[in-house]
Amino acid sequence: MQNDLVLRVVGKLLIPFILLFALYVLFHGDFGPGGGFQAGVIFATGIVFHALIFGLDNTRQAVPDRLVESMLAGGVLIYAGVGVAGLLLGGNYLDYFVLDKNPVIGQHRGIFWVEVGVATTVSSVMLKIFYMFASRGQREGKEE
Amino acid sequence: MSIAAHLPALQVVLPLLSAPLVVLLRHGGLAFAVVTTAAWAAFACAIGLWLQVGQLDPGGAISYHIGSWPPPWGIEYRVDRLTSFVLLLVSGMAALVLPYSRASVEREIPRELHYLYYAMFALCLTGLLGITITGDAFNIFVFLEISSLSTYVLIALGRDRRALTAAYQYLIMGSIGATFIVIGIGFLYLLTGTLNLVDMAERLRDVENYRPVLAALAFLTVGISLKLALFPLHQWLPNAYTYAPSAVTAFLAATATKVSVYVLIRFYFTVFGESLVFDKLPLPQIMLGLSLLAMFVASFIAIFQHNLKRLFAYSSVGQIGYITLGLSFDSVNGLTASIVHLFNHGIAKGAIFLLIGGMVLGLAKHGAVPPAPTFDRLDGLAKRMPLTCFGIVIAGLSLIGVPGTVGFISKWYLIMAALEKGQFWLVGAILLSSLLAVAYVWRFVEVAYFRAPLAGFEKREAPLSMLIPALLLVAATIWFGLDTSITVGSALDAAQQLVKNGR
Repeated sequence: MQNDLVLRVVGKLLIPFILLFALYVLFHGDFGPGGGFQAGVIFATGIVFHALIFGLDNTRQAVPDRLVESMLAGGVLIYAGVGVAGLLLGGNYLDYFVLDKNPVIGQHRGIFWVEVGVATTVSSVMLKIFYMFASRGQREGKEE
Repeated sequence: MSIAAHLPALQVVLPLLSAPLVVLLRHGGLAFAVVTTAAWAAFACAIGLWLQVGQLDPGGAISYHIGSWPPPWGIEYRVDRLTSFVLLLVSGMAALVLPYSRASVEREIPRELHYLYYAMFALCLTGLLGITITGDAFNIFVFLEISSLSTYVLIALGRDRRALTAAYQYLIMGSIGATFIVIGIGFLYLLTGTLNLVDMAERLRDVENYRPVLAALAFLTVGISLKLALFPLHQWLPNAYTYAPSAVTAFLAATATKVSVYVLIRFYFTVFGESLVFDKLPLPQIMLGLSLLAMFVASFIAIFQHNLKRLFAYSSVGQIGYITLGLSFDSVNGLTASIVHLFNHGIAKGAIFLLIGGMVLGLAKHGAVPPAPTFDRLDGLAKRMPLTCFGIVIAGLSLIGVPGTVGFISKWYLIMAALEKGQFWLVGAILLSSLLAVAYVWRFVEVAYFRAPLAGFEKREAPLSMLIPALLLVAATIWFGLDTSITVGSALDAAQQLVKNGR
């Protein structure tokens, strides 16, 4: 669909806003509907949209497989890291109360980083699945 | 922060952290180092917890509040005698199988997948440890999924293409099992409004007579039985064990079904309570029947297998029958037999599958992918691999239950429990099914020891890094057969605690 002018222009225009909206959903997850899982999915849709318009190869250059895989692991590490931070600061595992002097702020801080971890992993898992399914036909085509 | 107080969390978190770290590193050798360190650290945690629990008075338990939210609101990790015993088995097996993996995986799995293998292994370990240690019903389901999903991947890594079908078959059966379990837990949650197992057990007393309790019990029983491969639900097991990479087979055979048995014991004795499970329902009779079927039919099928791995896989189904038989007695001795056999069979079967892994490496030409250990390739193997064959025979004797090996201890307590109930015919049945075990172990002995070796193979044992963990386990089958203070001691304590709670 690279030759379709309308799609290309609209796509370029929309993708930053989709990604931004994902971040909004993530940051807003504390106070209202939203959270890491939804944010991750929306973030991934932005990139999948890019792949649909500009082709998988271009997207893979912009967001390489290696980055996706590292994000996949990184998200889990962030989540588990919040737990370990609680341990190091003298609380139990995943204890948010000790993350700040004020326990309420500590709770906010803890859940925020956990959601960041979830969003990172979810978006990269979505992308990884998309990459794998999308490149399946290509690879088989090349083999034939 | 004092480490001793946080051992329950570290027990699960350390292997969990190692998995993503390995994916970030993307290097087979480093991955091996990280995951092995994590597994040994987990083993150290398990030993620490075992010592801590030993100091509590009987009936006591260590309770760890995740996120400092007290139960029943927050998630609680709860370690009592039974928990710490199973934790020891699982983490100890991982600590032994991982050093073994290095040489085995080198030949059986493509190089670029090594780091993923170690990541999956770490996740599987995390899941199994998590199921054991958590005191929260939904948490059990989550960890069950973690361990199951990674198990499917591990099985599919086998070089034989049938490994994929085996993994797929297990995926379908395992998912049905997991769904049943989550439906059961859902019913219990609806009835009691809590997910904490201890709290749930208390509240369940008030609603005992409602029918959904029975539905929950039924769903949980069938779901967990699928996971632990109780006889008619064992169909996934032989293929999965046969085609998975050797190290994976050994680890799964020693731990995965055992942890499922643990979950069953947990739900029966801690949550539902004996009076509900065993007195009001014909469950003991059903369980007795299925256990006997497993002991006889599966062992009988095992005799006719052509592939050594598949033979011992069917033998596993039969041995699970002994464990559930012990459960069906609903007595301290019966439960002791179950718990001891869970450990004893774990180390004996683990040893056998580790040795078979070394054996298939020796069967292959240098550097080639190892072939399946079918009987026609094993002629006169004892001349080529004396240590390996000797180890299999010793562990095989334990499967039969010869005095001096761990298998004897389990059967001793089973027979005591049967006599206690005055069911003398069961003693005969246990002995008769042991004869079937003699038959299938003898098949290996005959082929390996009494046939002329195939021409063209020199004497070559498996690499030492594989032989040592395997022989350590073989030595353990003898050691724990002679000195039962640790195994029977722990099991007896755990059984008394459970039976007392259940009344």
